[in-house]
Amino acid sequence: MSRHDAERPLPSGMDEPVFAEPWQAEAFALTVALHEKGLFSWSEWAEMLSAEVKVPGAAQDGSDYYRHWLRALEKLLAAKGLAPVHDVDDLAAAWQRAAHATPHGKPILLENDPLHDR
Amino acid sequence: MAARVRALETILTQKGLLDPAAIDVIVETYETRVGPRNGARVVAKAWSEPEFADWLKRDATAAIASLGYTGRQGEHMQAVFNMQDQHNMVVCTLCSCYPWSVLGLPPVWYKSPPYRSRAVIDPRGVLAEFGVTLPVETKIRVWDSTAELRYLVVPLRPAGTEGWSQEKLADLVTRDSMIGTGLAKEAA
Repeated sequence: MSRHDAERPLPSGMDEPVFAEPWQAEAFALTVALHEKGLFSWSEWAEMLSAEVKVPGAAQDGSDYYRHWLRALEKLLAAKGLAPVHDVDDLAAAWQRAAHATPHGKPILLENDPLHDR
Repeated sequence: MAARVRALETILTQKGLLDPAAIDVIVETYETRVGPRNGARVVAKAWSEPEFADWLKRDATAAIASLGYTGRQGEHMQAVFNMQDQHNMVVCTLCSCYPWSVLGLPPVWYKSPPYRSRAVIDPRGVLAEFGVTLPVETKIRVWDSTAELRYLVVPLRPAGTEGWSQEKLADLVTRDSMIGTGLAKEAA
């Protein structure tokens, strides 16, 4: 692809895989699944996502797109009272502890969190 | 990030609002089964069958659904046909609305801030970056997608493809040609 000296070039790697990391695919699928459950309308979702991707400082290469996506989903679910922020914080920390406590190559289970069932 | 996604999944599963198996099915569907090949079949059919092209112009949602490609978000489709004097290009300036059912998931550049802003301000410059130069007299019309309405560009049928099967024609229809950042491939 030829590239002139535009002020803001389009990102290179025109045909990279759509998901750079597995969590991005999961966040995407989670959104589609919850919408299909009728928990929010697609317009509500698009509005939330567009507010997130508009924040100043968004990466010009779009590499933080799914970070915005996840933040938008968290905000939408919190606003709907479906997943309060402190619950997500607590559980995310538990998942992280479980990941650290799980031997390499074994599936990570929430039960592996040393503080599980406290 | 991974832990936060897991946390959301856990909470919603515990509330009975999510079947974790559904997540895998959706990922698999979008990674392997839904892709620009669907859209290419739509375009090849429109090139070959004038009645289908008419239907696609009038009611793209129904015409596309007749091939089994339906949107999951209940969105409407509109097909925009390239002409000698008008080229069409699609963007979503707001977020990333994209005709998933016919094109799969959007490429990285489609979601990038430069594409989202520059496609509107300087479509000719963006096309040049994709290696596409159109005659100066060709107008470029940019269509801004929304959550409710997504666009599919029907590129011009390449010369020298008379009598080709739809299957063979579909091979000429690239993803970018259906977003409008490219043209259909030339007949080999």
